[in-house]
Amino acid sequence: MKLKENISKYIFLTLAFSSISALALITVFIIINGVPIIAEVGIINFIFGMSWAPSHGEYGIFPMIIGSVTVTLGAAVLGVPIGVCCAIFLTEFAPPTLSKLFRPAIQLLAGIPSVVYGFWGLLFIVPFIRNFFGGPGLSILAGSVILAIMVLPTVISITEVSILALPKQYREGALALGMTHWQTIRSVILPSAKSGIVAAVILGIGRAIGETMAVIMVLGNAVAVPESILDPVRTLTTNIGIEMGYASGTHRQALFATGIVLFIIIMVLNATAQYITRKKK
Amino acid sequence: MSEHVKIKIEDLNIFFEKKQVVHGLTLDVRANEILSIFGPAGSGITTLLRSLNRLNELIPTSRIEGSILLDDKSIYDSDVSLTELRRKVGMVFDVPTPLPMSIFDNIAYGPRLKGEKNRKVLGEIVEKALQEAALWDEVKNRLKASALSLSGGQQQRLCIARVLALDPDVILLDRPCSGLDPISTSKIEDSLTQLKDRFTIILAPHNTQQAGRVSNRVAFMLMGELIEEGFSDDVFYNPKDHRTNDYITGRFG
Repeated sequence: MKLKENISKYIFLTLAFSSISALALITVFIIINGVPIIAEVGIINFIFGMSWAPSHGEYGIFPMIIGSVTVTLGAAVLGVPIGVCCAIFLTEFAPPTLSKLFRPAIQLLAGIPSVVYGFWGLLFIVPFIRNFFGGPGLSILAGSVILAIMVLPTVISITEVSILALPKQYREGALALGMTHWQTIRSVILPSAKSGIVAAVILGIGRAIGETMAVIMVLGNAVAVPESILDPVRTLTTNIGIEMGYASGTHRQALFATGIVLFIIIMVLNATAQYITRKKK
Repeated sequence: MSEHVKIKIEDLNIFFEKKQVVHGLTLDVRANEILSIFGPAGSGITTLLRSLNRLNELIPTSRIEGSILLDDKSIYDSDVSLTELRRKVGMVFDVPTPLPMSIFDNIAYGPRLKGEKNRKVLGEIVEKALQEAALWDEVKNRLKASALSLSGGQQQRLCIARVLALDPDVILLDRPCSGLDPISTSKIEDSLTQLKDRFTIILAPHNTQQAGRVSNRVAFMLMGELIEEGFSDDVFYNPKDHRTNDYITGRFG
């Protein structure tokens, strides 16, 4: 009996470790491959360098960092208000039949492959921007619109969960004070769910900044610091996605180094989100 | 306590989906009394209290029959404003429900909703409410601190102060001392007995001893039915119904 208990315990232990070890392996691998080139070029030159020309041995990823930040910010500006308002609608206003319809639809949004988003963006959003706003169409704006749609499921579901997790006494206490429904939402529900909503936004941003396939098709991928949101840009992720097929030697190392930067940004975002949700308790 | 009937409940039936929670209840609440409604858990007392400020309506499956008159006017009339009714019939819950803002703002919220903007007047209202709820001395130096930083007993007194600041006619208290230590409980009980000169108080006590300590009249409920009501001493020392007697003497519940 004792033996059986122990065996099952170690089987679970092994399986649990294998999932963590995948993370460890990937981390170690990209660090081993990426760090030497950062050391060679110099961390300042690598991060703040304006020129990315692997054939000339120039590895500056600053335009890509700007690309990632602007596209992601754009996605947040477009997606967060829609997502948060949608979550408030679902938890506070929607009749049960409607929210029963809404929730699976939003989950479905998360299930659409990113390449389909990208393809749809290329055939629909890009021409739309080109015709109505000018420029090449392949642009920060196009990427932001696609990413805004893609982060909606994350933002909506986490915001919704954090609102639903509030004790029902909060709401009842407010209504019993003679507050209207909107006053209750504004001065009780939203402030109490604030940390959850902030976490939702940060995780959404983390999702947006890591997205590759969808944006590779609509951003235009030019390595240059953009001057307007109608200019094409290249992000950290698309840089890896585009060049990994033919890169070798130091060029390949530089792509891994790009991965390290991306990895750190996402880790910081996730840690912040965790810290904020934990601080609440 | 006066003879004036503040709330008149007649033949009240409350259902949640198919389940009936309150059965044909008829009860008068007199002005400026403390009426304790006691009984075992699941007797429908909370539901009854929540029908008096129409909070049951938050549950879509609830249905109500019968009539409830506040000062001879039905609270279920179509021209009754829900927010005004709830300001007139204030409620304190079994779990403290401070709003996520400062102590001062928690109490000033109600008066502000009513349109009071003068900082000095608000300050006076807040001080008076806190004193009546026996909390002033403990918080007077930190009114700007978050209400969530208070202890459980202090939070509950804050909630009472918040209701008082609304200047209601009736105060409903649903087991307000259930999570509190004996000292906080006795502070709350003391303030209740002083407040009945100005308000009509309906209390769901957390035990029969508390009902005996603070109330003028008591009502005993069991399985959604009103079994017996009367002056506290009559009901406790001379119950008419054997079920009341069994409950008071601890044979069940």
